[in-house]
Amino acid sequence: MSSLLEVRDLTVQLKMDAGPREVITGTSLDIGEGEAMGLVGESGSGKSMTAKAIARLLPDGAHVTGSVTFDGTDVLALSGDALLKHRAQVAVVFQDPRAHINPVRRISDFMTESLRILDDVPKAEAVRKASAALEEVGIDDPTKRLKQFPHELSGGMLQRVMIATALLSEPRLLLADECTTALDVTTQAEVMAILDELRRDRGLSMLFITHDLELAGAVCDRTCVMYAGQIVETSAASRLHEDPLHPYSAALVQARPDINSTAERLVAIPGRPVSAFEAPAGCRFAPRCPHAYAPCADNEQVLTDLDGGVVRCARAEFLRGKLLDGSHV
Amino acid sequence: MLRFIARRGAMLVATLLVASFAIYGALYLAPGSPIAALTGGRTVPPEVMAQLEARYHLNEPFLTRYWIWLTSALRGDLGESIPLHEQVSTLIAQRIGVTISLVLLTSVIIIVVGVGLGIVGALGRGTVDTGVLFASTVSAALPAFAAAVILQFVFGVMLGWFPVLGTGDGFVDGLRHLTLPALALAATSVALVTRVTRTAVREELGREHVQTAISRGLPWSGVVQRHVLRNAAIPITTVVGITIASLIALAAIVETAFGLNGLGAYLVQAAQNKDFAVVQGISLVLVFAFVITNVVIDIAYALLDPRVTLGSRAQ
Amino acid sequence: MSTEILDPVAEAEEAAPSRRGLRKIGLLGWVSIAVIAVALLLAILGPIVRPFDPNLSDLSFANVGPFGSHLLGFDGQGRDVLSRIMVGARSTVLGAAFVALIAVAIGTSLAIATAWFGGKFDASVSAGLDVIFAFPGILLAVVAAAVFGPSLFSAGLALAIAYSPYVARVLRGAALKERAMTYIAALEVQGFGAWRLCFRHLLPNISSLIVAQGTILFGFAMVDLAAISFLGLGVQSPQADWGVMVSDGKTSLLQGYPIVSLTAVICIVAVVAAVSFLGERLDASSKDVLR
Repeated sequence: MSSLLEVRDLTVQLKMDAGPREVITGTSLDIGEGEAMGLVGESGSGKSMTAKAIARLLPDGAHVTGSVTFDGTDVLALSGDALLKHRAQVAVVFQDPRAHINPVRRISDFMTESLRILDDVPKAEAVRKASAALEEVGIDDPTKRLKQFPHELSGGMLQRVMIATALLSEPRLLLADECTTALDVTTQAEVMAILDELRRDRGLSMLFITHDLELAGAVCDRTCVMYAGQIVETSAASRLHEDPLHPYSAALVQARPDINSTAERLVAIPGRPVSAFEAPAGCRFAPRCPHAYAPCADNEQVLTDLDGGVVRCARAEFLRGKLLDGSHV
Repeated sequence: MLRFIARRGAMLVATLLVASFAIYGALYLAPGSPIAALTGGRTVPPEVMAQLEARYHLNEPFLTRYWIWLTSALRGDLGESIPLHEQVSTLIAQRIGVTISLVLLTSVIIIVVGVGLGIVGALGRGTVDTGVLFASTVSAALPAFAAAVILQFVFGVMLGWFPVLGTGDGFVDGLRHLTLPALALAATSVALVTRVTRTAVREELGREHVQTAISRGLPWSGVVQRHVLRNAAIPITTVVGITIASLIALAAIVETAFGLNGLGAYLVQAAQNKDFAVVQGISLVLVFAFVITNVVIDIAYALLDPRVTLGSRAQ
Repeated sequence: MSTEILDPVAEAEEAAPSRRGLRKIGLLGWVSIAVIAVALLLAILGPIVRPFDPNLSDLSFANVGPFGSHLLGFDGQGRDVLSRIMVGARSTVLGAAFVALIAVAIGTSLAIATAWFGGKFDASVSAGLDVIFAFPGILLAVVAAAVFGPSLFSAGLALAIAYSPYVARVLRGAALKERAMTYIAALEVQGFGAWRLCFRHLLPNISSLIVAQGTILFGFAMVDLAAISFLGLGVQSPQADWGVMVSDGKTSLLQGYPIVSLTAVICIVAVVAAVSFLGERLDASSKDVLR
């Protein structure tokens, strides 16, 4: 069975003031129909850029190699009308809804814009659809909300509007880029619940980007962990939390304080996360890895299959099952 | 929204009252008696003196006089020019057409060239943008009288393409006569509008909500129209409004330089001749026009930006 | 073991911000400073350094072009143009400086006072300033000329009054921000008086913005003052002044002898452009500091 989305060996270089800088190195992932894939990493890991590459939203001057295939089409080669069509099929829900919605236009304008301009839907019908979509995401009195401006709605409500709008155009793939990070925890839970429910109802595929491993585990089928522009582990989401294969994933799990127990010291990964272009040769995580030894820095790490998942670590098999012990091996 | 307009309207009336008071009161700041100021130091026969005293109610308290002047002004009677023995309102009416035509033509130039170049510079690439920046820097350095003199010499005297003085007859000839003056008046304003437009459009291009529109697969022309330009219109309209408001005073310079008999030039002449009634009358008209223009700008801003509820536009 | 790869150039740049600031001035910046320096020198030393008597009129030399040490030739009244330019710098440049200084003084006092006291005082002063705002500077100067007779002083004072609301408004914003800072509240609690706080703390912290605004205002003042003299309502002919020279030279210009008007225009434009450029640079860097 071929996947809806296939990313193979994606490498992205961005044009920065100091010159071209690599942010994603040789990344591959698959998302099947109706599957939710989590993409977890810290800042600079390249996770947002991966989503942008899939949606063809990379900034000017970006240099991309590898392939992205969506429903059999080569995404990277698209241009003109075909490119617009592709973008319409891949819906993105962004992080800060207030910045991502035009403040001087009404909510109804924002929601129905795609329908009216791309699908030639008459205004009255488009508004009706928008109203129904707002009810689906749990917004009361949709008629009133549609007439309002973005500054009259709260952040949580705006994010629901974003989700509703994303689903209105009936996309095949949903890219959620840290869409709950800007919200407070309670709202976050509500929005996640809505997103999850609607996605399952429609059998939508989703790429869920977050820095929160546990959150990914709650709504996704599989999860990828990215570090310094590379995928270091891909596993079933639930398994990742209990039984990580890569030291970095383990560190992420351990860094999250458990609400049920008291810790003497908060666990933190020493050093700071690096981007692809700042990373050393050999294993990119080696400088911060508690299990690293000399050969790690010397050898490029490759993805290998292990026990139903893939992992980029030469010591993975050796470290199997011992990563969450807290012992240094 | 209506509350906003009401508030601005109230401020407009208040400002005009105080401004008119200041204009009227300035007469009494002049050294010597008010009569001397009105006559400009000329000697007048005693009957005229008596007439003036009666006309200006000089026996009555200051505030009464002010009130009489103001109410007459609102009815269109701005008094009489003593040296010319004519109604000020007539004198103004004879000249206001020239000024309005000049300001109108200049405004068109500012909007079309200023906003146009700004958009072209912001949306275009490298060389186009640099060209626009260079042109606007040159234009910015030319205050009205400097531009007037240079244009007169280059296009009037040297090349002979345009007339340098006077208003001409008829529509087309009149337009030819107004071309150089309008360009001189527009120079610095065009530069400012171009710069602000370019910055505003550039900023909007980088905004996240524009990225949202692109991510939905909307065509670029639609995105530019509905999101980039629509949002940039807010600061652009404000700056266009402010520059047009400033034209009201600057017109005097250009009218004098090009020998146009508009209100501005006449105001200058009247000031030199100490024809005080005319100075008061024209000042009142100009201040009125200036304040009204500012109110229109505020209303336009509130219409364009729904986030503005009460209070004035951000300066 | 950290693997942060540091960019040595970036590190050096971060460590020496002042050096970076000077580098940012660039060629245009130095040219501007040079132009302003020359203008100031002429303003102060002009009447001493000029080669010929600027008011000596010899009609047989009217509109004669440059020759010998008369580098710019003669104007329509047979007076040496170069000398008139050098002497004219004084009223043009110093007049503008006087306007800018007064406007800044008034504007700053009002800004700090309204920022400090707030409430009704702020509201009423702001309303009053709004009324003055209703008078374009040039209009005020024309009315002043009508009332008091045309002179540099009345025109300059009128302009200064007309500019004050603008300065006050800009500085009020910065003063309010500064006023709201916790260190001011801390000092207040310790019992320091309002005067001391305003002069020794508020004022210095917005000083860079004041200087920037003053510079920009100097440019405006030069243009407006020259325009008013051009109209015949400021400095009076036959006194040498760049604005007056533009006006005086127009008859010659229309006859094909542009040198008087054009030289005066070039001088004004050059100084104004230099001042505007520097003023904007100062404004930009003052905003970095105040952030």
